[in-house]
This record gives sequence, C-alpha cells and structure tokens, in this order.
Amino acid sequence: MSTVQDVSAAPAVAAVPKKAMALGPLASLIILALLIVTPLFVKNFIIFQMTMWLIYAIAVLALNILTGASGQFSLGQSAFYALGAYTSAILMEHVGVNYALTLPVAGLVCFIAGFLFGLPALRLSGIYLALATFALAVAMPQLLKLGVFEHWTGGVQGLVVTKPDAPEILASLGLKVSQDMWLYFFTLAVTILIYILSVNLLKSRSGRAMMAIRDNEIAASAMGVDVSLYKTLAFGVSAGITGVAGGLGAIAVQFVAPDGYTIQLAIALFLGMVVGGVGWLPGSLAGAAFIVFVPNIAEHVSKGLSGAVFGVILIIIIFLLPNGARQLAYLAQGLIGKLRKH
Amino acid sequence: MELFTNQVLAGIATGAIYACMALAVVMIYQAIDHLNFAQGEMAMFSTFVAWQMMQWGIPYWGAFALTLIFSFVGGIVIERALFKPLAKAPVLTHVAGFIALFAIINSVAGLTWDFTIKQFPSPFGSSPFLGSQLISTHQAGMIGVTIILLVLLFIFFRYTRVGLAMRAAASMPESARLVGINTSWMIALGWGMAAAIGSIAGMLIAPVVFLEPNMMGGVLIYGFAAAVVGGLTSPLGAVIGGFLVGVFENLVGTYIPGVGNELKLPIALALIITVLVVKPNGLFGRAIVKRV
Repeated sequence: MSTVQDVSAAPAVAAVPKKAMALGPLASLIILALLIVTPLFVKNFIIFQMTMWLIYAIAVLALNILTGASGQFSLGQSAFYALGAYTSAILMEHVGVNYALTLPVAGLVCFIAGFLFGLPALRLSGIYLALATFALAVAMPQLLKLGVFEHWTGGVQGLVVTKPDAPEILASLGLKVSQDMWLYFFTLAVTILIYILSVNLLKSRSGRAMMAIRDNEIAASAMGVDVSLYKTLAFGVSAGITGVAGGLGAIAVQFVAPDGYTIQLAIALFLGMVVGGVGWLPGSLAGAAFIVFVPNIAEHVSKGLSGAVFGVILIIIIFLLPNGARQLAYLAQGLIGKLRKH
Repeated sequence: MELFTNQVLAGIATGAIYACMALAVVMIYQAIDHLNFAQGEMAMFSTFVAWQMMQWGIPYWGAFALTLIFSFVGGIVIERALFKPLAKAPVLTHVAGFIALFAIINSVAGLTWDFTIKQFPSPFGSSPFLGSQLISTHQAGMIGVTIILLVLLFIFFRYTRVGLAMRAAASMPESARLVGINTSWMIALGWGMAAAIGSIAGMLIAPVVFLEPNMMGGVLIYGFAAAVVGGLTSPLGAVIGGFLVGVFENLVGTYIPGVGNELKLPIALALIITVLVVKPNGLFGRAIVKRV
C-alpha cells in the first residue's frame, strides 16, 4: 500500500532572498571598522568573548551555507566542530605544527568527513536529515572518549593546547600586542577570508546550482544540475568551514575535551542561524552574538530559569521576527531610505 | 546458549522502554509529520507531575489517571498556543520551536523539582518475574502495558470515527478538509494523544532510570532509533522496532568485543543511519509516493 502525496508546497526554507545573501559595501566597511577598533578599548576578557563570537559566527555561517543555500538541515554541526578542534589540537600538541597551519588541515579533514557523511545523508530530506545529524551530534562525545584513540585524544581528560604568542615582528616594531589581542585579530582575518570566499562561492555557478536545488529540486535536476554532487558538496564545504571554526575554537579556549562538543553546541549553532536569518550570511554575526551573549543575559534575569528565559526569547524571535536579524536589517534599510527622501 | 537467551530477554526488557517512547514519537509524527524533539522532556515533565501528586498523597492509579488528563490537555494547549500559529512556517521554524520548548520544560522542571535523583514507584513491584532473575515484574508489566496500548491504538485508528478522521487528516489534509474533517483540531488531538502516551512511557521508565530532569536524553534517541527501524508511519512497527533495538543493543554489547557502555549512543546512531539509508521507510512503514 502506498500513499500518494503532492510534493509539499512549502519549501524547507522559506523567504530566502534570491540574490543578495551579503551586505552592501558601505555597511560591510562600517561593521569591519567597528570590529577592528572595538578591541583596542576593552578588557582582555571581553576580547576573548569577542574572539569566541567571531568563531561561532564562522560556524553559523557554515551552517547557513548548508541550510540557506542548499536547503539541507543539520543538527550535527557540533560533530564537525569537534573534529576540527581535535585535528588542530592533535597536530599542535603531538606533531608540533604551527597553529595557523593546522587550520587548513582541520578544514580539509572536516571537508572529507562532511562529504562522506553527506553521501548517505543525500537520500534523506527535511526532518530525517535533522534526525540523522542529531544522532551524529549526540554520538560524537562518546566516540571521542573511545579508548582506542586515547593516546591521541587524551580520552575523557582531553588535551591542553598552548596559546600562541603574537609574532615577534610586531614586538620589534614597537607594538605591544597581548596574546588575546593577537588571537582576536588572527581570528578576524580568518573570518573575513572565509566570509569573502563564501560570498563568492554563492555567487558562482556552484552557488546558483545549490540555490536551485533549495528552491525546487526536481526543476533543478531537469535543468541539468547534478543534484547529488552539489548536495554532498554543500555538506562538505559546510563541514570544512565548521572544522576551521573548531580549530580556532580549540586555540582560543586552549583546551579540547569530549564534553565541550555536545548536542548543546549543535543546537546553539542552529539557533544562531535561525536568529541571524536563514540564508543571509551577515546574519551569522548577529546569530553568533545571540549564542555568546544571550545565555549570560538569561542568567542575569534568573539563574535557575536561564534555560526557560532562553527558550522564551527564542519563541519571541520566531513569532515576531521569523526571518531573524535579516528582517531587522531590512527594516532599518527601509527607514534610512525614507529619511533620505525627506 | 543460555547466555544468548538471557541477553535476548534482558534486551526485550529494555526494549520495552524504547517501544513506549517510539510509540509516542510515531503518534506525533502521524499527526503533524514532524519529529518532536521535545517529546522526551514533555514525558519527563508529566512524570514529575505524577510524582508530585503521589507526594501529596494521591494513590498511584489516581495520580496515573490525573497525569494522563493533564498531559493530554497540556499537549493540546501547547499545540494551540505555540504550533498552530506556526502551521504555515517552514520546517526550520518548527525545529527551532521544538528546541525552545525543550529548553523551557527542562529548565522549569529543574527549578521546580531540582536535579537530584528521585525514586519513582512501580505499580508492578520489582520482584523477579516467574522466577527469572533477568526480567522483573515491573519490566514484564511494562511490556504488557505497551502491548495493551498498541492494541487500543489499533482499535482507535481502525474502528473509531475520530481515529479514521485523524488518519485522513494526516495523510491527505486537502481531501480530508473537503469531506468535512476539522484537520486543525485533528492535529491538536494528535498532540494531546502523543503527550498522554509519552506520559505513560515516562511513568513506566522512571522506576528503571530514576526520575530527574535529564532522564530522557538517551531514551529519546533510542526511541527515535526504534521508530525509524519500525517505520515512522506504523505504531506496530515502532513497538517491534523498540524491542529489536533493545535486543540488538544487548547482543552487540555482549558478543562484539570492545563495545561496552561507552559505545551505546554510537550504536543508536549507526542503526538510525543504516536504516534510513537502506530502508528509509523502516520495516513496517508505508512508502510515500510523491506526485510531482
């Protein structure tokens, strides 16, 4: 017995802007300037938080490429984040590779892992894919604790990572840059690089192919788009970028342990994407800010109920701003446009 | 051979837990076409409500019945307040909604009843069942309740007006509306029933895993695995899937060296992915043919 259903009218992701997934040049420059200037005036702890903010922004951006561009779900990004973090940490601590060089390796390892995971995931859609990736995220900490890899991963204890110093050339130029400050600017540089690459990817042929799949898979394949290739590719790219974020995270936190990469992290990244606006890359910054700073706010409101406050904020966002920060940005844009006319 | 039969028996006993949970998962999937990630937390909350009533001196079965009513109404209220306004929203928003629900319920339960482990009584006692050390009367009772529940659900969906209307509303909403079925309320009813079944599952599981706000984490994953193995569209499949997953888990743990407790969740993961890839509809699920 089989049931015939019409192909659902509602796509997995609704109301994604067709063209612009990026910001205009002026807005980009203003944000960039703020990102460069702010750390010069704040305390080290805040610089550290800003570093984590950028790192999560990279991870949210990666998820945004997967969901916003190719229309696939993932609740398992924490697994790739963990893989990247462990790759970086093991290379730095066991092999003695320079921290900056570990990032491309982490990206590559995760790209391959993501591509391979994408192959079976291809046959799944919507909620099934969410389920498979959810299971991946839940299983990851246990896999990392496995006795077989203990020599490399440090088992339950995890690994301690040395924090890199600023290059000596800066000191010889007479600039005193603290470790935190250096790490922040290093992360910022990586973030900008990844952002530019992602924007270009989405503008390219491949990006358009992904978006065609997102909007209508059947039509896309009828137009000659290799659906399975681009779907797995989107998975791989997304996992690769998440891996770089994970590597950066390991360096910034100076520590990797299995319990740092639970399903909570995957959920946080997912929420970051929803809050930032699905399919709008700059929203990743807003989404990451939500992940890093809102739990603190929630804890201020009520310590015991921080989870509830967090959930309520999320529900409010779903109802009032279903398109997240993108909607706010567009509103602001509209207002500015009106003011100019007057 | 004795080891084998013992492990299978023990597997069936744990499988009953997963079967209960899978039944709730399938129930909600039937009604709304989504997997509710907050299902486990809803069940946990219901169980705490039952515990609280027993603390107040209400006898077990009284508390049981009141909890069922509470969960049923609670499920409907959640659907009306939270998910009905989102009916037209993309899947993504629904998943975010489930997660928000998860966080809220978990946190409220943690604050109200704190995170210490609590004993939850069993109506069946915990003496050995028919002289077997492996299966206790509670576990046997659990298997019994699961089977009774399954039969009741079967009758409900097959022979009652409301049950048929619910199935129609889930499989072909448009046509169902045309013949006068209130599909919107059918969904709410599905939420209510799923919440009630979840609360039964919670009250049966709690004597085994003990009562605390995070008790459902692992169970839910196995419930998902069981539902996927049996097929997300079939309540019977979900129950059989639950027992299969329980037995499989135990046998793998016994016979494959190196697989102990530490690999339990990865086994569930491997199972979910294998079934989804090899037989996406599960063992008993219906194939869904889509019209372009």
